[in-house]
Amino acid sequence: MRKIAIYGKGGIGKSTTTQNIVAGLVEAGKKIMVVGCDPKADSTRLLLNGLAQRTVLDTLRDEGEDIRLEDVRKVGYGGTLCTESGGPEPGVGCAGRGIITSINLLEQLGAYSEDEKLDYAFYDVLGDVVCGGFAMPIREGKAKEIYIVVSGEMMAMYAANNICKGIVKFAEAGGVRLGGLICNSRNVDNEREMIEVLAKKLGTQMIHFIPRENMVQRAEINRKTVIDFAPDHPQADEYRALARKIDGNQMFVIPTPLEIGELETLLITYGIAA
Amino acid sequence: MSTTIKDPGTIKPADMDLPDPETIKKELLARYPAKVARKRSNQIIVNQKDEDGAFPEIGANVRTVPGIITQRGCSYAGCKGVILGPTRDIVNITHGPIGCGFYSWLTRRNQTRPPTEADDNFMTYCFSTDMQDKDIVFGGEKKLKAAIQEAYDIFKPKAISIFSTCPVGLIGDDVHAVAREMKEKLGINVFGFSCEGYRGVSQSAGHHIANNGIFTHVVGKNDTIKEADFKINLLGEYNIGGDGFEIDRILAECGISIVSTFSGNSTYDQFANAHTADLNTVMCHRSINYVADMMEIKYGIPWIKINFIGAAATAKSLRKIAQYFDDPKLSKKVEEVIEKEMPEIEMVRDEVKKRCGGKLAMLFVGGSRAHHYQELFKEIGMKTVSAGYEFAHRDDYEGREVIPGIKVDADSRNIEELSVEKDGEKYNPRKTEKEMDTLKTKGFEFKDYKGMMEDMEKGALIIDDVSQYETELLLKLYKPDIYCAGIKEKYAIQKSGIPMKQLHSYDSGGPYAGFRGAVNFYNEIDRMVNSKIWGYLKAPWQISPELSAKYGWE
Repeated sequence: MRKIAIYGKGGIGKSTTTQNIVAGLVEAGKKIMVVGCDPKADSTRLLLNGLAQRTVLDTLRDEGEDIRLEDVRKVGYGGTLCTESGGPEPGVGCAGRGIITSINLLEQLGAYSEDEKLDYAFYDVLGDVVCGGFAMPIREGKAKEIYIVVSGEMMAMYAANNICKGIVKFAEAGGVRLGGLICNSRNVDNEREMIEVLAKKLGTQMIHFIPRENMVQRAEINRKTVIDFAPDHPQADEYRALARKIDGNQMFVIPTPLEIGELETLLITYGIAA
Repeated sequence: MSTTIKDPGTIKPADMDLPDPETIKKELLARYPAKVARKRSNQIIVNQKDEDGAFPEIGANVRTVPGIITQRGCSYAGCKGVILGPTRDIVNITHGPIGCGFYSWLTRRNQTRPPTEADDNFMTYCFSTDMQDKDIVFGGEKKLKAAIQEAYDIFKPKAISIFSTCPVGLIGDDVHAVAREMKEKLGINVFGFSCEGYRGVSQSAGHHIANNGIFTHVVGKNDTIKEADFKINLLGEYNIGGDGFEIDRILAECGISIVSTFSGNSTYDQFANAHTADLNTVMCHRSINYVADMMEIKYGIPWIKINFIGAAATAKSLRKIAQYFDDPKLSKKVEEVIEKEMPEIEMVRDEVKKRCGGKLAMLFVGGSRAHHYQELFKEIGMKTVSAGYEFAHRDDYEGREVIPGIKVDADSRNIEELSVEKDGEKYNPRKTEKEMDTLKTKGFEFKDYKGMMEDMEKGALIIDDVSQYETELLLKLYKPDIYCAGIKEKYAIQKSGIPMKQLHSYDSGGPYAGFRGAVNFYNEIDRMVNSKIWGYLKAPWQISPELSAKYGWE
């Protein structure tokens, strides 16, 4: 089983991209589990056609320790297994600890066991790696591969670089590796070139460039992935291509994060000044 | 198995040559990395005045270097365990996982004595919200409110207080908001302490947080004036092993009334009434001197430093209190009490001195105990060769005159400093300025503490926040006859063959304060240093040669 975590700046399109990749892999016959690691619990909405999920932590709170896997896992698009960690409302408690508790519980319940015959487990993690809890998916070898969703906007690149710093920290201990950057285009000037250079400087690859396309929004409002909602649309093929590339990916590296000055130079050269 | 018993060593003569303290200091620092050695070097001081009569500046109340095995406790322990632990009728709820509450529950052997069976005594209970994983994740405020409600429903106490443990600060539960809400709802006093364990460099931060809290939320709430001639507060006395009971007995015999003790054998109402006393007497300078200062500013109560550890110190303190009140009847009574108590004390003291005279003691404990107990050792002819505090500040070593020069750093800023003003209604200067001046000209000292260094011999080694490693070296180099510290140090010291007396909890003994306490202490020390029991104890590897073996093919 390949365990993959998707990170990236808040609002960059991690959940949408993850679910579309998953849909692409499902079409190719893969068995997949998605673990949402965001207190908002919206990482599996497109696969379940709505927010129908009871989160692991809500269930744990309401029913105590006596939980079965079925209580916290729903079957979604094409047989995907969907779970959401959930967490406290904003400003209360500790969401990071929630992620830790929830992943531990899934492990105890056997969500990752051999007889589940999973090909992939995807972790969709909130915005930035704000504390130890949100690094949980990449600690202790839980996820082995990371893809960072990024765009040509400065803060998105800044966040990607920061996440790389986190990966370096856990790479030696946990064996986690960066599989590549996924550019979710915002139609910034020279975006493709800039992210390709950023990827190169980080020692990795831009695994795919997803063009900006309104169909993504339309599918979302209908609570579906693009592949599910408009299978013949060219954007669906983009996600299928990305899924294929991830499935065949052989490039796993410990990234080499940039100094902040270097990152700014990159932006000036390819962005503003170009 | 038979063990050969050897004599563990002969008694050192009184005038024996002690090792050179500077050499010992060098040896203590020799193995440390340069940066650690530099820091520790400021905290290890050979006691000696310079030409101007000033003591060297000691590094105190600074962070312990990570990796060093320190004696220190945490802020929560200082707040909940030390300061509010001894109060019997406030329900003290630990908001946190269960261990913090459990391990701070009566571990200091602070005693209490409710006047009747019907009076509240919650000290035998341990209250905790017992936070679980889900409370950390979703926040613990609801559970805390439920706990306060439950405690109220069962016990109907006068007051409930909340103590924050580390995770509470991390997840941001607002214990003060909960306290305000529940105070409103229940109509009793409810107050919280932000005493998360990681605040400050030691338990001293917790003492401040606790005392500031009591001063803010309780003191001044009850204006009943007690019918008595000479009313004092006893600040910084925690009734370990019944110390406070002995002090109460002596004061009562003299006709001096205690309005409030902070906080041995104390009650909520006593705290609330503390501002009606006419004199504050400070026992443990470290844990409470700022409360005495604040009460002087706000209510006009002068304060003096006293010490009831040691028979002579007790007599001196009683005379000082009598001198303050300046009443011939009181002075006469005090002299009568001293005269009555002293003969028995002197008899035991002289007997014990024959066997203990010339022996060496070391004290590494607390924020005033390492100083006060030197009095008792001196009375039986024992010499303190090295001493230091666990959590005291510079003024406790060098005297109060250094206070204005103490550097404020990020850690001390962590502790809330209250700014206090004269209370519009309740301020009432107990002595006129003229009366104060008259006393001062007679040599009477208000708010004066000269610190430990003043009372120690030249060449004594003073060590702040001593580490386990340094302790072991000190034992080897000085070979003291007794070592005084706390439970964490106890067994390592005994294993090295040296008797160890706990001065936090007194092991199973006490009281050691006041007159009867002094007798108890003389006898206890006599028993400990002359039985040599730990010196006879040898570990198996000290008796038999090391195990040796051969491989099968050899």
